Amino acid sequence: MNAVAIEAPTLGSGWSLWRRQIAGILRLEIKKNFLSKRALPMYLLAAIPVVIMMMLALFDRGMRRGVRTNFAEAMIVFSNLHEGLILRTVIFFGCAWIFMNLFRGEVVDKSLHYYFLSAVKREVLVVGKYLSGLIASCTLFLLTTAGALFFLYLPRGVQANLDYIFNGPGWAQITDYLGITILACVGYGALFMVIGLFFRNPIIPALFVYGWEWLNFLLPPMLKKISIIHYLHSLVPVPVNEGPLAIIGEPTPQWIAITGMLIVTAIVLFLASMRIRRMEIHYGGE
Amino acid sequence: MEAVINIPISQTAKESVTAEQMIVFEDVSKFYGEILGVNRVNLQIAPGITSLVGPNGSGKTTLMNLMTGLIQPTRGRVKVLDYSANDPEIFFRKVGYCSQFDSFPAGHTGYEFVYSYLRVHGYAKNDADRMTARAIERVGLTEAAKRKVAGYSKGMRQRIRLAQSIAHQPSVIVLDEPLNGLDPMARAEAIRLFRELADEGLHLIISSHILHEVNKMSDRVIFIKEGYIKAEGEVQGVRNELEEHPLQIVVRCDQPSFLATKLFAEPHIVEVHIHDDRKGLFVKTRNTDKFYDLLNRVVVTSDLNIETVATVDNDLNAVYHYLIGARQEGE
Repeated sequence: MNAVAIEAPTLGSGWSLWRRQIAGILRLEIKKNFLSKRALPMYLLAAIPVVIMMMLALFDRGMRRGVRTNFAEAMIVFSNLHEGLILRTVIFFGCAWIFMNLFRGEVVDKSLHYYFLSAVKREVLVVGKYLSGLIASCTLFLLTTAGALFFLYLPRGVQANLDYIFNGPGWAQITDYLGITILACVGYGALFMVIGLFFRNPIIPALFVYGWEWLNFLLPPMLKKISIIHYLHSLVPVPVNEGPLAIIGEPTPQWIAITGMLIVTAIVLFLASMRIRRMEIHYGGE
Repeated sequence: MEAVINIPISQTAKESVTAEQMIVFEDVSKFYGEILGVNRVNLQIAPGITSLVGPNGSGKTTLMNLMTGLIQPTRGRVKVLDYSANDPEIFFRKVGYCSQFDSFPAGHTGYEFVYSYLRVHGYAKNDADRMTARAIERVGLTEAAKRKVAGYSKGMRQRIRLAQSIAHQPSVIVLDEPLNGLDPMARAEAIRLFRELADEGLHLIISSHILHEVNKMSDRVIFIKEGYIKAEGEVQGVRNELEEHPLQIVVRCDQPSFLATKLFAEPHIVEVHIHDDRKGLFVKTRNTDKFYDLLNRVVVTSDLNIETVATVDNDLNAVYHYLIGARQEGE
């Protein structure tokens, strides 16, 4: 071991520093959480809808015929699959895994103190970690949604699809589903990050949220609005039938749904920042 | 509560440094629920190597965690070089902490581990590369830097954490048991590095169980027991203040009876025993300075020949024993 004194370079301050710090956090988080073996279950979860759609497209004659003869009905089937499987299950649990682990996982691994001992404002750390989760979840679940749509369209053939996409409602539907996927990641991501910060065992509150989201169709209109799925449901291009027991509420206008989700996300991130500012390292008690 | 022995050994240092160069604890207490971490700690720590010694659970790590903002005081306030950990963007440019947590982010090599957190600090790629290489070189891990940390030995993990804590070139380095897991050669190297860093004007706050190594490297020592600071200062100064434990000195000479007669006339002499071989004596005194003055006078004014003079209990081990009550683990 030897010591040679050298001058530390200056770091600067303000937005330019925060941008570099967030980039540093993103780099570390992506490598640590999303390019490692521990991400494998998440990739498998994300692949489920694509594999289902691929199997139907390749091996189910009835589905292929239905898609070719009555695409509007096929879209309704897809819409149910998107909301029931992709939104309510894959994205929900995927986001729970990704975002709850951003802080809680580090506490379990006893590595959060490295961040807390870096010259980074804790608010910047929250933003950096949230963005890393968002990038990972959006990338993954956009691929899931796009892959499922691809196999839905596959049996129709190239020409019919090009017509549907560029001369029909196809393009709007695709962008709507992809947009809803992003919004779901934004909303569920913020929610699960906060749950991971406030609860020592976040599984129980996550399961409560899961139940609440699933039972949303049974809730009175006022309570429906206290959920993420309600706003996402309001945005789907092909309406989903929630069944005979559903209590029908007025759908939220698109601009309110999107703005509201973003505002709620900002508030939730603010709460996370407040929490993380006061957070102490007590690994022994975890 | 017993009075804290606060020896102004670092007085010269404290007088010449300003609050901006000190680590200051002002009436700091930390409770974990109803469990006491540390209580009513008042400290002013000047640059140099300061060691924290005390038994397990005495509050050493709590003090270090308070110093670095990993935990917040229940009462009082902590300032490091006049900065507060509540402003991490500035604070952690000045402070590095090598904690006892032997854990790492998954999948990283030693180099990536150090480099990644420098990027989190906000350093540009080239700067981070240069600083990483320098820090790893300082701890002697250059050859293993490209290997995964998961494959490191305990000593290597200790060293890479040390590299991570000094890589951003802080002015204050807090090291919780930094010699744990190191082989004797690496310990000597680490101590040499600590000495060099201290000589550069840095603060090093070190906790250790290995008292003879603490004795060798420290400029001052803080003794802590059950959450209370028992004493602080240079070991010799703390020892001199322990009046209930007179200093024990062995003198080998040709006329022990004559010397004993002279010593008994002094009020600060507590006890004298002449050795069985009648070639020396064992003395207990409450005032070392007066004892040595007397000894000098006797030597000058008589034909007494002294072979050796040695203190028996003025080292860190003895002070620890008197203050804390038992020898440390590993001693």
